[in-house]
Amino acid sequence: MEYILEPWPWYVTGPLLAIIMFTLLYFGRTFGMSSNLRTLCAISGAGKRVEFFKFDWKSQRWNLVVVLGAILGGFIAHYLLSNPTTHINLSETTIKDLNAYGFNNVGQSLVPPELFSWDAVFSLKGILILIVGGFLVGFGTRYAGGCTSGHAITGLSSLQLPSLIAVIGFFAGGLIMIHLIYPILF
Amino acid sequence: MGKYLKFLTVGIVFGIVLVKSEAVSWYRIFEMFKFQSFHMYGIIGSAVVTGIILLLVSNKMKIKNTEGTFLRVPLKERGFIRYILGGLIFGLGWALCGACPGPMYILIGTGAFSILIVIAAALLGTYIYGLTKNKLPH
Repeated sequence: MEYILEPWPWYVTGPLLAIIMFTLLYFGRTFGMSSNLRTLCAISGAGKRVEFFKFDWKSQRWNLVVVLGAILGGFIAHYLLSNPTTHINLSETTIKDLNAYGFNNVGQSLVPPELFSWDAVFSLKGILILIVGGFLVGFGTRYAGGCTSGHAITGLSSLQLPSLIAVIGFFAGGLIMIHLIYPILF
Repeated sequence: MGKYLKFLTVGIVFGIVLVKSEAVSWYRIFEMFKFQSFHMYGIIGSAVVTGIILLLVSNKMKIKNTEGTFLRVPLKERGFIRYILGGLIFGLGWALCGACPGPMYILIGTGAFSILIVIAAALLGTYIYGLTKNKLPH
């Protein structure tokens, strides 16, 4: 039980993610979390105005059930399978860099209160970061035709060149944000 | 409902694995793009290596899925611009809010409810893509 409550190492969780991808293929489906955003748009009636959302979303219900499970899994892992006093074992330099940006208690929660607490959300900068970040993820993932699950895990595992290009794009974007834009933001 | 139980189970395992790996943490994404830890590279790298092996073995053994056809990953369309540009935009957002689509849902379960704002914005982004799709270079 001790091992379960502690964070799981990468060499356990990485292969488990591959098994999850493979299990969905075995069930005749494909691992892809961002497709659900399109499905949710279609359910909300976006298909009446935009062709892209005019599809049989009922065929995607299985994937929404995966999302429901993921939310439950998040609850189980966080509240039942974690030791609340264990912090994220970040590198010393990461903690130092974030302290310099004005982030405190680094790694003591899953997401930083400086961005996700209600105080932060109700500041102009705070809400803009969440909205712009989410918007770029939603737009970019559909433009690229997949996200981390569809391209980085499923696409690279099946040795597809488009997925390699997309993953290079993911990292280029992330590096620009962290190394060029963060120093301006914080 | 019965046929959905297996998908619910896959989702639960997915949520648990991503929380226990800390890949849902904004901090881990920041650390990854700073090249200050091997952790995230280890997760993605070992997932891809295991995935390659599983797919090679299932091809060799001609494993069929539960629908009765050979297990196969659908091929992505050929292209360059949409993948590099879309990827770049995705990466900017991923690093800014520290969450890609999977973790967005999972974080709701961990009680980080402000992630709902990120999800709403992601839905808007997806909608705007659908609206402007025909005008974008692909």
